[in-house]
Amino acid sequence: MAKVLVVTSGKGGVGKTTSTAAMGAALAQAGQKVVVIDFDVGLRNLDLVMGAERRVVFDLINVVQGVAKLPQALIRDKRLENLCLLPASQTKDKEALTEDGVGRIIEELRGSFDWVLCDSPAGIERGAMLAMRFCDEAVIVTNPEVSSVRDSDRIIGMLDSKTVRAEKGERVEKHVLVARYDPARAARGEMITIDDILEILATPLLGIIPESQDVLRASNVGSPVTINSPASVAARAYADATRRLLGEKVPMMVPHERKGLINLLLGRRAA
Amino acid sequence: MDSSVEPTRQLLRLRGRSYVAFVFAPAVPIVGWLEEVDATLARSPNFFVGKPIVLDLSAVDLSQSAIAHLIKSIEQRNIRVLGLEGVDLAHVDASMPPLLSGGRPCMLQPAEPKPPKRETKETSLLLDSPVRSGQSVIFTEGDVTVLGSVGSGAEIVAGGSIHVYGALRGRAMAGVNGNSTARIYCQKIEAELIAIDGYYQTAEELDASLRSKPAQARLDGKIMRVTPLN
Repeated sequence: MAKVLVVTSGKGGVGKTTSTAAMGAALAQAGQKVVVIDFDVGLRNLDLVMGAERRVVFDLINVVQGVAKLPQALIRDKRLENLCLLPASQTKDKEALTEDGVGRIIEELRGSFDWVLCDSPAGIERGAMLAMRFCDEAVIVTNPEVSSVRDSDRIIGMLDSKTVRAEKGERVEKHVLVARYDPARAARGEMITIDDILEILATPLLGIIPESQDVLRASNVGSPVTINSPASVAARAYADATRRLLGEKVPMMVPHERKGLINLLLGRRAA
Repeated sequence: MDSSVEPTRQLLRLRGRSYVAFVFAPAVPIVGWLEEVDATLARSPNFFVGKPIVLDLSAVDLSQSAIAHLIKSIEQRNIRVLGLEGVDLAHVDASMPPLLSGGRPCMLQPAEPKPPKRETKETSLLLDSPVRSGQSVIFTEGDVTVLGSVGSGAEIVAGGSIHVYGALRGRAMAGVNGNSTARIYCQKIEAELIAIDGYYQTAEELDASLRSKPAQARLDGKIMRVTPLN
């Protein structure tokens, strides 16, 4: 049975799209059939991060409106053949999304994939609501800062009340993914600790992704970090998070600062 | 110029209307029948309030004085007699209710005495899960208990007291219906705002030494007192 997973956060810029791409690729690398859907109609980015921007013909809105059929709009990844992308439209806005249309598409995708990953836009408006509407599971991406944590709390409340599952009295399984975790700042006590985040959100932890140049580099070349530099700390953290999604027990690694010899000699901290 | 005003004449309008009335058909012996009426009244004393009845005397043969006595007995029981039926015009005098004719039977729903409904109005609200940012819980009937935390940006409004078995990071407003004895309890006070019966305190005014500790808030006259628990 396919699982529909929404990647959401409330706040913008916390790493939803990057995480969707990285986890989608990692799930595909684990042999799962995966489709990632960009719900950020009007401000699409997932196509860029996945490196598929030059192959977009039809998009989510075309399928919602019945202009194109679903298989015509799906873009197969060039690196992983069991990974597909359903891009958002850049010219329309989120009002073009309808609940019926989105429901129909997700139902159709459930039939041919193991995982349907919905990349939610920021905010709590129509786009974000429809991205989470039909989900079975949710990954809440949070940065270790107060504004992000409070927005995540708000989103968790909505996952528990505004989704189809919640309305049927069923549970949406929720996971917190802490992204952009900066070990150096954590060591200086400049960020909310992981324990505080989990205490506030009262939701299990899926993984901790360190702030990393590898992630930025991967996004810029249009390749999820788990494909682009699988040996990097960030990619390994995403891979571990993905294995936890698949039900494996993987010990949680809190990224810590690696002090280089020269920095150590100069008494400086690596940023 | 003749300026006399012609008095405007009011038109008499006649309208027909039909009503449903209970019909009493006394049977002999009248004393026994009256006891039956008393028994009914004992079960539901207000049954005939506002429900005048028609007295159908076709089953009994009574003299004029007997009819007058019967009407008097009924009216002593606070039942008003609307009219008489099935009696000879000769037996009716002007002091008695008018003689009616042309009544038709109609089905009346047997008014079963309803079992008095037990008032099971909830006086407290229990929330099993954390209250998330942006959620608003309003319960003006009584106490609210939260088994979990109240997130920053969430609010709880209660007619009674508020109990939070977790951290209170949002707003808590207790005693909103003017209940100044309501209190707020929490395991960890980090509230943005607490209020009891309209008197409030913001996070800034909260004593720093209390922060993140178990605390209770109550109203002492017009002053809110926040004190540590334990």
